[in-house]
Amino acid sequence: MSIFEYNGGAIIAMVGKNCFAIASDRRFGVQLQTIATDFKKIYRVSDRLFLGLSGLATDAQTLFQRLMFKHKLYQLREERDMKPETFASLVSAILYEKRFGPYFIQPVIAGLGDKDKPFICTMDSIGAKELAKDFVVAGTASESLYGACEAMFKPDMEPEELFETISQALLSSVDRDCLSGWGGHVFVVTPTEVKERILKGRMD
Amino acid sequence: MSKVAMDVPAKGGFSFDLCKRNAMLAKDGVQLPPFRKTGTTIVGLIFQDGVILGADTRATEGPIVADKNCEKIHYLAPNIYCCGAGTAADTEAVTDMVSSQLNLHRYHTGRQSRVVTALTYLKKHLFSYQGHVSAALVLGGVDFTGPHLHTIYPHGSTDTLPFATMGSGSLAAMAIFESKYKEGLTREEGIQLVTEAICSGIFNDLGSGSNVDICVITKDNKEYLRNHLQPNPRTYVSPKQYSFTKKTEVLLTKITPLKEKVEVIQAGDAMEE
Repeated sequence: MSIFEYNGGAIIAMVGKNCFAIASDRRFGVQLQTIATDFKKIYRVSDRLFLGLSGLATDAQTLFQRLMFKHKLYQLREERDMKPETFASLVSAILYEKRFGPYFIQPVIAGLGDKDKPFICTMDSIGAKELAKDFVVAGTASESLYGACEAMFKPDMEPEELFETISQALLSSVDRDCLSGWGGHVFVVTPTEVKERILKGRMD
Repeated sequence: MSKVAMDVPAKGGFSFDLCKRNAMLAKDGVQLPPFRKTGTTIVGLIFQDGVILGADTRATEGPIVADKNCEKIHYLAPNIYCCGAGTAADTEAVTDMVSSQLNLHRYHTGRQSRVVTALTYLKKHLFSYQGHVSAALVLGGVDFTGPHLHTIYPHGSTDTLPFATMGSGSLAAMAIFESKYKEGLTREEGIQLVTEAICSGIFNDLGSGSNVDICVITKDNKEYLRNHLQPNPRTYVSPKQYSFTKKTEVLLTKITPLKEKVEVIQAGDAMEE
Protein backbone atom coordinates (compact mmCIF):
# COMPACT_ATOMS: atom_id res chain seq x y z
CA MET A 1 0.00 0.00 0.00
CA SER A 2 1.44 3.35 -0.97
CA ILE A 3 1.28 6.23 1.47
CA PHE A 4 -0.52 8.28 -1.16
CA GLU A 5 -3.38 5.79 -1.12
CA TYR A 6 -4.04 6.33 2.56
CA ASN A 7 -6.29 9.35 2.04
CA GLY A 8 -6.71 9.49 -1.77
CA GLY A 9 -7.58 12.52 -3.85
CA ALA A 10 -7.44 14.19 -7.24
CA ILE A 11 -6.40 17.69 -8.25
CA ILE A 12 -6.27 19.34 -11.70
CA ALA A 13 -5.28 22.80 -12.84
CA MET A 14 -5.81 24.06 -16.38
CA VAL A 15 -4.87 27.22 -18.23
CA GLY A 16 -7.34 29.18 -20.34
CA LYS A 17 -7.31 32.57 -22.03
CA ASN A 18 -6.19 35.05 -19.34
CA CYS A 19 -7.72 32.78 -16.72
CA PHE A 20 -7.07 29.48 -15.02
CA ALA A 21 -9.14 26.83 -13.27
CA ILE A 22 -8.15 24.56 -10.38
CA ALA A 23 -10.35 21.67 -9.27
CA SER A 24 -10.29 18.89 -6.70
CA ASP A 25 -12.49 16.08 -5.50
CA ARG A 26 -14.16 16.31 -2.08
CA ARG A 27 -13.51 12.98 -0.39
CA PHE A 28 -11.69 12.57 2.87
CA GLY A 29 -11.14 8.93 3.71
CA VAL A 30 -8.94 6.64 5.74
CA GLN A 31 -8.01 3.78 3.41
CA LEU A 32 -11.32 2.33 2.30
CA GLN A 33 -13.63 4.20 4.69
CA THR A 34 -14.97 7.63 3.75
CA ILE A 35 -15.01 10.02 6.69
CA ALA A 36 -16.15 13.29 5.07
CA THR A 37 -17.53 14.40 1.72
CA ASP A 38 -16.80 18.11 1.94
CA PHE A 39 -13.05 18.15 2.49
CA LYS A 40 -11.19 21.15 1.09
CA LYS A 41 -8.01 20.29 -0.78
CA ILE A 42 -7.56 23.64 -2.52
CA TYR A 43 -6.40 26.52 -0.37
CA ARG A 44 -6.48 30.18 -1.25
CA VAL A 45 -3.08 31.67 -0.51
CA SER A 46 -3.94 35.12 -1.79
CA ASP A 47 -6.53 36.74 -4.07
CA ARG A 48 -5.02 35.33 -7.23
CA LEU A 49 -2.93 32.42 -6.00
CA PHE A 50 -4.32 28.98 -5.19
CA LEU A 51 -2.61 25.89 -3.83
CA GLY A 52 -4.00 22.36 -4.15
CA LEU A 53 -2.44 19.66 -1.98
CA SER A 54 -3.00 15.96 -2.68
CA GLY A 55 -1.56 13.01 -0.78
CA LEU A 56 -1.44 12.46 2.96
CA ALA A 57 -4.01 14.87 4.49
CA THR A 58 -2.10 15.51 7.70
CA ASP A 59 1.04 16.54 5.78
CA ALA A 60 -1.12 18.71 3.51
CA GLN A 61 -2.51 20.63 6.47
CA THR A 62 0.90 20.99 8.13
CA LEU A 63 2.53 22.15 4.93
CA PHE A 64 -0.28 24.61 4.23
CA GLN A 65 0.15 26.13 7.69
CA ARG A 66 3.91 26.54 7.18
CA LEU A 67 3.40 28.08 3.74
CA MET A 68 0.77 30.56 4.94
CA PHE A 69 3.14 31.56 7.74
CA LYS A 70 5.91 32.29 5.26
CA HIS A 71 3.56 34.00 2.82
CA LYS A 72 2.13 36.29 5.50
CA LEU A 73 5.63 37.28 6.64
CA TYR A 74 6.49 38.01 3.00
CA GLN A 75 3.36 40.16 2.68
CA LEU A 76 4.30 42.13 5.78
CA ARG A 77 7.88 42.70 4.63
CA GLU A 78 7.28 43.38 0.95
CA GLU A 79 3.81 44.98 1.26
CA ARG A 80 2.53 42.97 -1.70
CA ASP A 81 1.46 39.41 -2.61
CA MET A 82 3.96 36.81 -3.76
CA LYS A 83 4.14 36.17 -7.47
CA PRO A 84 3.07 32.62 -8.38
CA GLU A 85 6.55 31.79 -9.72
CA THR A 86 8.12 32.89 -6.44
CA PHE A 87 5.59 30.90 -4.42
CA ALA A 88 6.34 27.80 -6.50
CA SER A 89 10.05 28.21 -5.76
CA LEU A 90 9.24 28.58 -2.05
CA VAL A 91 7.20 25.36 -2.02
CA SER A 92 9.95 23.58 -3.95
CA ALA A 93 12.60 24.71 -1.45
CA ILE A 94 10.50 23.67 1.55
CA LEU A 95 9.90 20.23 0.06
CA TYR A 96 13.54 19.71 -0.96
CA GLU A 97 14.64 20.61 2.56
CA LYS A 98 12.96 17.35 3.57
CA ARG A 99 14.66 15.36 0.77
CA PHE A 100 15.53 12.36 2.95
CA GLY A 101 12.34 12.35 5.04
CA PRO A 102 9.77 13.94 2.74
CA TYR A 103 6.25 15.22 3.20
CA PHE A 104 3.94 12.79 1.42
CA ILE A 105 2.15 15.30 -0.74
CA GLN A 106 1.99 16.46 -4.31
CA PRO A 107 1.20 20.16 -4.61
CA VAL A 108 -0.49 21.94 -7.51
CA ILE A 109 0.04 25.69 -7.67
CA ALA A 110 -2.08 27.97 -9.84
CA GLY A 111 -2.07 31.74 -9.98
CA LEU A 112 -2.31 34.89 -12.09
CA GLY A 113 1.07 36.53 -12.44
CA ASP A 114 2.25 39.77 -13.97
CA LYS A 115 -0.01 41.17 -16.70
CA ASP A 116 -2.66 38.63 -15.63
CA LYS A 117 -0.79 35.78 -17.25
CA PRO A 118 -1.96 32.42 -15.79
CA PHE A 119 0.70 30.23 -14.19
CA ILE A 120 0.33 26.59 -13.20
CA CYS A 121 2.83 24.14 -11.84
CA THR A 122 3.03 20.85 -9.98
CA MET A 123 5.82 19.09 -8.10
CA ASP A 124 6.65 15.65 -6.88
CA SER A 125 7.00 15.06 -3.14
CA ILE A 126 10.58 16.39 -3.02
CA GLY A 127 10.05 19.58 -4.96
CA ALA A 128 10.91 18.85 -8.61
CA LYS A 129 8.93 21.56 -10.41
CA GLU A 130 7.00 20.83 -13.55
CA LEU A 131 5.89 24.03 -15.26
CA ALA A 132 3.27 23.22 -17.85
CA LYS A 133 1.58 25.51 -20.29
CA ASP A 134 -1.64 23.52 -20.56
CA PHE A 135 -2.61 21.40 -17.54
CA VAL A 136 -1.17 19.70 -14.49
CA VAL A 137 -2.62 16.84 -12.43
CA ALA A 138 -1.93 15.23 -9.07
CA GLY A 139 -3.35 12.55 -6.80
CA THR A 140 -4.36 8.88 -6.82
CA ALA A 141 -6.45 9.37 -9.97
CA SER A 142 -3.51 11.02 -11.79
CA GLU A 143 -3.16 8.35 -14.48
CA SER A 144 -6.81 8.71 -15.52
CA LEU A 145 -6.52 12.47 -15.18
CA TYR A 146 -3.56 12.60 -17.56
CA GLY A 147 -5.57 10.68 -20.15
CA ALA A 148 -8.75 12.73 -19.77
CA CYS A 149 -6.91 16.07 -19.89
CA GLU A 150 -4.83 15.10 -22.94
CA ALA A 151 -8.02 14.28 -24.80
CA MET A 152 -10.23 17.13 -23.64
CA PHE A 153 -7.84 20.09 -23.40
CA LYS A 154 -7.87 22.88 -25.99
CA PRO A 155 -5.64 25.96 -25.80
CA ASP A 156 -7.10 29.44 -25.13
CA MET A 157 -10.48 28.50 -23.72
CA GLU A 158 -12.83 31.12 -22.29
CA PRO A 159 -13.74 30.79 -18.58
CA GLU A 160 -17.10 29.07 -19.13
CA GLU A 161 -15.72 26.54 -21.58
CA LEU A 162 -12.69 26.00 -19.33
CA PHE A 163 -14.99 25.26 -16.40
CA GLU A 164 -16.91 22.70 -18.44
CA THR A 165 -13.73 21.00 -19.66
CA ILE A 166 -12.02 20.79 -16.29
CA SER A 167 -15.18 19.53 -14.60
CA GLN A 168 -15.76 16.81 -17.18
CA ALA A 169 -12.11 15.74 -17.00
CA LEU A 170 -12.20 15.61 -13.19
CA LEU A 171 -15.51 13.77 -12.85
CA SER A 172 -14.76 11.20 -15.54
CA SER A 173 -11.33 10.44 -14.02
CA VAL A 174 -12.43 10.15 -10.39
CA ASP A 175 -15.20 7.78 -11.47
CA ARG A 176 -12.41 5.35 -12.29
CA ASP A 177 -10.71 5.75 -8.91
CA CYS A 178 -12.09 4.27 -5.71
CA LEU A 179 -10.23 6.65 -3.44
CA SER A 180 -11.44 9.96 -4.92
CA GLY A 181 -14.75 11.47 -5.85
CA TRP A 182 -17.88 12.32 -3.91
CA GLY A 183 -18.32 15.54 -5.85
CA GLY A 184 -16.02 18.21 -7.18
CA HIS A 185 -14.86 21.64 -6.12
CA VAL A 186 -13.83 23.99 -8.94
CA PHE A 187 -12.34 27.50 -8.81
CA VAL A 188 -12.25 29.49 -12.06
CA VAL A 189 -10.14 32.62 -11.67
CA THR A 190 -10.13 35.56 -14.07
CA PRO A 191 -8.52 38.98 -13.48
CA THR A 192 -11.84 40.36 -12.22
CA GLU A 193 -13.45 37.58 -10.21
CA VAL A 194 -13.15 34.15 -8.65
CA LYS A 195 -16.01 31.70 -9.33
CA GLU A 196 -16.19 28.84 -6.88
CA ARG A 197 -18.50 25.97 -7.81
CA ILE A 198 -19.43 22.69 -6.17
CA LEU A 199 -20.13 19.89 -8.64
CA LYS A 200 -22.59 17.06 -8.31
CA GLY A 201 -20.85 13.75 -8.89
CA ARG A 202 -21.29 10.08 -8.17
CA MET A 203 -21.32 9.48 -4.42
CA ASP A 204 -19.60 6.14 -4.50
CA MET B 1 2.17 23.71 16.20
CA SER B 2 5.30 24.38 18.27
CA LYS B 3 7.34 23.13 15.32
CA VAL B 4 6.04 25.99 13.19
CA ALA B 5 7.30 28.59 15.67
CA MET B 6 10.71 26.93 15.82
CA ASP B 7 11.59 26.87 12.17
CA VAL B 8 11.78 30.61 11.59
CA PRO B 9 15.24 31.28 10.14
CA ALA B 10 16.37 27.83 8.94
CA LYS B 11 20.12 27.60 8.46
CA GLY B 12 19.73 25.97 5.05
CA GLY B 13 20.66 22.42 4.06
CA PHE B 14 18.57 19.31 4.70
CA SER B 15 16.20 18.83 7.63
CA PHE B 16 15.72 15.27 8.91
CA ASP B 17 12.88 15.73 11.38
CA LEU B 18 10.32 13.64 9.47
CA CYS B 19 12.68 10.65 9.03
CA LYS B 20 11.60 8.86 12.21
CA ARG B 21 7.93 9.12 11.29
CA ASN B 22 8.60 7.93 7.73
CA ALA B 23 10.65 4.97 8.99
CA MET B 24 7.76 4.01 11.28
CA LEU B 25 5.36 4.15 8.31
CA ALA B 26 7.76 2.06 6.20
CA LYS B 27 7.80 -0.60 8.90
CA ASP B 28 4.00 -0.73 8.70
CA GLY B 29 4.34 -1.66 5.04
CA VAL B 30 3.83 1.74 3.50
CA GLN B 31 5.86 2.44 0.35
CA LEU B 32 7.53 5.72 -0.41
CA PRO B 33 5.99 7.40 -3.47
CA PRO B 34 8.09 7.30 -6.65
CA PHE B 35 10.10 10.47 -7.19
CA ARG B 36 10.08 12.17 -10.54
CA LYS B 37 13.11 10.91 -12.46
CA THR B 38 14.53 12.15 -15.68
CA GLY B 39 14.95 8.76 -17.45
CA THR B 40 17.00 10.65 -19.94
CA THR B 41 19.55 10.73 -22.62
CA ILE B 42 22.13 13.49 -22.06
CA VAL B 43 25.25 13.97 -24.17
CA GLY B 44 28.13 16.34 -24.65
CA LEU B 45 30.94 16.67 -27.13
CA ILE B 46 33.88 18.93 -27.80
CA PHE B 47 34.10 20.43 -31.26
CA GLN B 48 36.68 22.74 -32.79
CA ASP B 49 35.39 25.98 -31.23
CA GLY B 50 33.94 24.75 -27.94
CA VAL B 51 31.40 22.39 -26.40
CA ILE B 52 27.96 21.18 -27.49
CA LEU B 53 25.53 19.73 -24.93
CA GLY B 54 22.34 17.90 -25.81
CA ALA B 55 19.40 16.42 -23.89
CA ASP B 56 15.95 14.91 -24.47
CA THR B 57 12.92 16.44 -22.72
CA ARG B 58 10.95 13.65 -21.03
CA ALA B 59 10.41 13.48 -17.25
CA THR B 60 8.94 10.25 -15.85
CA GLU B 61 7.23 9.32 -12.59
CA GLY B 62 7.44 5.54 -12.48
CA PRO B 63 6.12 4.38 -15.86
CA ILE B 64 4.07 7.54 -16.52
CA VAL B 65 5.36 10.54 -18.45
CA ALA B 66 4.98 13.45 -16.04
CA ASP B 67 6.38 16.20 -18.25
CA LYS B 68 6.61 15.97 -22.02
CA ASN B 69 8.82 19.02 -22.41
CA CYS B 70 11.02 19.61 -19.40
CA GLU B 71 14.39 21.41 -19.43
CA LYS B 72 17.36 19.24 -18.61
CA ILE B 73 20.14 21.63 -19.59
CA HIS B 74 20.73 23.82 -16.54
CA TYR B 75 22.56 27.13 -16.37
CA LEU B 76 25.59 27.27 -14.09
CA ALA B 77 27.49 30.31 -15.36
CA PRO B 78 27.40 32.43 -18.54
CA ASN B 79 30.05 30.10 -20.02
CA ILE B 80 29.13 26.83 -18.28
CA TYR B 81 26.03 24.63 -18.65
CA CYS B 82 25.19 21.27 -17.10
CA CYS B 83 22.82 18.48 -18.24
CA GLY B 84 21.24 16.44 -15.46
CA ALA B 85 19.93 12.87 -15.23
CA GLY B 86 18.55 10.98 -12.24
CA THR B 87 16.11 12.28 -9.64
CA ALA B 88 14.75 15.57 -11.05
CA ALA B 89 14.61 17.42 -7.72
CA ASP B 90 18.25 16.50 -7.01
CA THR B 91 19.60 17.66 -10.38
CA GLU B 92 17.67 20.95 -10.16
CA ALA B 93 18.63 21.65 -6.57
CA VAL B 94 22.31 20.77 -7.01
CA THR B 95 22.74 22.82 -10.20
CA ASP B 96 20.88 25.81 -8.68
CA MET B 97 23.09 25.66 -5.61
CA VAL B 98 26.35 25.41 -7.55
CA SER B 99 25.22 28.21 -9.87
CA SER B 100 24.79 30.49 -6.83
CA GLN B 101 28.13 29.39 -5.40
CA LEU B 102 29.84 30.15 -8.72
CA ASN B 103 28.22 33.57 -8.78
CA LEU B 104 29.57 34.36 -5.32
CA HIS B 105 32.96 33.03 -6.38
CA ARG B 106 32.93 35.35 -9.40
CA TYR B 107 32.27 38.30 -7.12
CA HIS B 108 35.12 37.16 -4.85
CA THR B 109 37.69 36.68 -7.62
CA GLY B 110 36.46 39.18 -10.23
CA ARG B 111 37.09 36.63 -12.99
CA GLN B 112 35.14 34.41 -15.36
CA SER B 113 34.27 31.04 -13.77
CA ARG B 114 36.33 28.01 -14.71
CA VAL B 115 34.73 24.68 -15.55
CA VAL B 116 36.96 22.85 -13.04
CA THR B 117 35.60 25.11 -10.28
CA ALA B 118 32.04 24.01 -11.06
CA LEU B 119 33.29 20.43 -11.24
CA THR B 120 34.90 20.62 -7.81
CA TYR B 121 31.83 22.19 -6.17
CA LEU B 122 29.59 19.50 -7.66
CA LYS B 123 31.79 16.53 -6.76
CA LYS B 124 32.35 17.77 -3.22
CA HIS B 125 28.60 18.03 -2.62
CA LEU B 126 27.70 14.70 -4.22
CA PHE B 127 30.48 12.77 -2.48
CA SER B 128 29.53 14.14 0.92
CA TYR B 129 26.02 12.64 0.49
CA GLN B 130 27.53 9.27 -0.55
CA GLY B 131 25.32 8.86 -3.62
CA HIS B 132 22.01 9.50 -1.86
CA VAL B 133 21.63 12.75 -3.84
CA SER B 134 20.95 10.94 -7.07
CA ALA B 135 22.26 13.33 -9.74
CA ALA B 136 24.28 12.19 -12.76
CA LEU B 137 25.58 15.20 -14.67
CA VAL B 138 27.31 16.11 -17.93
CA LEU B 139 29.13 19.39 -17.35
CA GLY B 140 30.46 21.43 -20.24
CA GLY B 141 31.83 24.91 -20.74
CA VAL B 142 34.52 27.11 -22.22
CA ASP B 143 36.85 29.18 -20.06
CA PHE B 144 40.16 30.88 -20.73
CA THR B 145 42.00 27.54 -20.63
CA GLY B 146 39.82 26.18 -23.44
CA PRO B 147 36.74 23.94 -23.81
CA HIS B 148 36.08 21.29 -21.13
CA LEU B 149 33.66 18.39 -20.86
CA HIS B 150 33.18 16.29 -17.71
CA THR B 151 30.81 13.62 -16.44
CA ILE B 152 29.91 13.45 -12.75
CA TYR B 153 28.40 10.34 -11.15
CA PRO B 154 26.03 10.39 -8.14
CA HIS B 155 28.74 9.11 -5.80
CA GLY B 156 31.07 11.95 -6.72
CA SER B 157 33.50 10.42 -9.23
CA THR B 158 34.26 12.40 -12.38
CA ASP B 159 35.68 11.79 -15.83
CA THR B 160 37.11 14.23 -18.36
CA LEU B 161 36.25 13.24 -21.89
CA PRO B 162 36.07 14.50 -25.50
CA PHE B 163 32.53 13.08 -25.83
CA ALA B 164 30.22 11.77 -23.10
CA THR B 165 26.75 10.35 -22.57
CA MET B 166 24.74 9.70 -19.37
CA GLY B 167 21.28 8.51 -18.39
CA SER B 168 19.19 5.50 -19.29
CA GLY B 169 19.65 6.23 -23.00
CA SER B 170 23.43 6.59 -22.72
CA LEU B 171 24.20 3.30 -24.48
CA ALA B 172 22.06 4.21 -27.48
CA ALA B 173 23.69 7.65 -27.71
CA MET B 174 27.22 6.32 -27.13
CA ALA B 175 26.78 3.89 -30.03
CA ILE B 176 26.27 6.89 -32.34
CA PHE B 177 29.20 8.81 -30.87
CA GLU B 178 31.62 5.89 -31.00
CA SER B 179 30.92 5.29 -34.67
CA LYS B 180 30.75 8.88 -35.91
CA TYR B 181 32.81 11.13 -33.61
CA LYS B 182 36.06 12.65 -34.86
CA GLU B 183 38.20 15.49 -33.59
CA GLY B 184 37.86 18.95 -35.08
CA LEU B 185 34.15 18.82 -35.91
CA THR B 186 32.60 22.02 -37.22
CA ARG B 187 29.59 23.59 -35.50
CA GLU B 188 27.07 22.17 -37.99
CA GLU B 189 28.61 18.69 -37.90
CA GLY B 190 28.68 18.79 -34.11
CA ILE B 191 25.03 19.82 -33.81
CA GLN B 192 24.07 17.16 -36.36
CA LEU B 193 25.93 14.45 -34.43
CA VAL B 194 24.49 15.46 -31.05
CA THR B 195 20.97 15.55 -32.52
CA GLU B 196 21.46 12.07 -33.96
CA ALA B 197 22.71 10.74 -30.63
CA ILE B 198 19.77 12.18 -28.69
CA CYS B 199 17.30 10.91 -31.30
CA SER B 200 18.84 7.47 -30.93
CA GLY B 201 18.08 7.70 -27.20
CA ILE B 202 14.58 9.09 -27.77
CA PHE B 203 13.53 6.33 -30.16
CA ASN B 204 15.29 3.36 -28.56
CA ASP B 205 15.14 4.07 -24.81
CA LEU B 206 11.79 4.04 -23.03
CA GLY B 207 12.92 6.50 -20.38
CA SER B 208 13.73 9.22 -22.94
CA GLY B 209 11.44 10.91 -25.39
CA SER B 210 9.85 14.03 -26.86
CA ASN B 211 12.17 16.74 -28.20
CA VAL B 212 15.89 17.52 -28.51
CA ASP B 213 17.45 20.47 -26.66
CA ILE B 214 20.91 21.68 -27.68
CA CYS B 215 23.32 24.14 -26.08
CA VAL B 216 26.39 25.36 -28.02
CA ILE B 217 29.08 27.07 -25.93
CA THR B 218 32.05 28.80 -27.54
CA LYS B 219 34.69 31.16 -26.24
CA ASP B 220 32.64 34.33 -26.40
CA ASN B 221 29.15 33.09 -27.02
CA LYS B 222 26.52 30.59 -25.97
CA GLU B 223 23.41 29.51 -27.81
CA TYR B 224 20.60 27.63 -26.11
CA LEU B 225 18.52 25.98 -28.84
CA ARG B 226 15.46 24.92 -26.87
CA ASN B 227 13.45 22.29 -28.78
CA HIS B 228 15.95 22.35 -31.64
CA LEU B 229 14.24 19.29 -33.09
CA GLN B 230 10.72 18.07 -32.41
CA PRO B 231 10.53 14.58 -33.91
CA ASN B 232 7.40 13.60 -31.94
CA PRO B 233 4.56 15.91 -32.85
CA ARG B 234 1.01 15.02 -31.88
CA THR B 235 -0.42 13.37 -34.96
CA TYR B 236 -3.85 12.32 -33.83
CA VAL B 237 -5.66 15.58 -33.17
CA SER B 238 -9.26 15.13 -34.22
CA PRO B 239 -10.64 18.15 -36.09
CA LYS B 240 -14.01 17.57 -34.43
CA GLN B 241 -13.09 18.48 -30.87
CA TYR B 242 -14.72 17.34 -27.66
CA SER B 243 -18.19 18.77 -27.21
CA PHE B 244 -19.96 17.95 -24.00
CA THR B 245 -23.62 17.31 -24.64
CA LYS B 246 -24.42 16.63 -20.99
CA LYS B 247 -23.41 19.67 -18.95
CA THR B 248 -21.89 19.27 -15.48
CA GLU B 249 -24.43 19.66 -12.71
CA VAL B 250 -23.53 22.46 -10.35
CA LEU B 251 -24.78 22.39 -6.78
CA LEU B 252 -23.51 25.73 -5.58
CA THR B 253 -21.87 28.80 -7.14
CA LYS B 254 -20.08 31.52 -5.22
CA ILE B 255 -18.67 34.53 -7.03
CA THR B 256 -16.06 36.68 -5.31
CA PRO B 257 -15.15 39.84 -7.21
CA LEU B 258 -11.47 40.68 -6.97
CA LYS B 259 -10.35 44.17 -6.07
CA GLU B 260 -9.95 46.30 -9.15
CA LYS B 261 -6.44 47.41 -9.85
CA VAL B 262 -6.15 51.11 -9.22
CA GLU B 263 -4.37 53.02 -11.96
CA VAL B 264 -2.29 56.00 -10.94
CA ILE B 265 -3.13 58.70 -13.50
CA GLN B 266 -1.41 61.63 -11.91
CA ALA B 267 1.30 61.25 -9.32
CA GLY B 268 0.75 63.44 -6.29
CA ASP B 269 3.05 66.28 -5.35
CA ALA B 270 6.02 65.53 -3.16
CA MET B 271 5.35 66.19 0.51
CA GLU B 272 6.86 69.36 1.84
CA GLU B 273 7.82 70.12 5.38
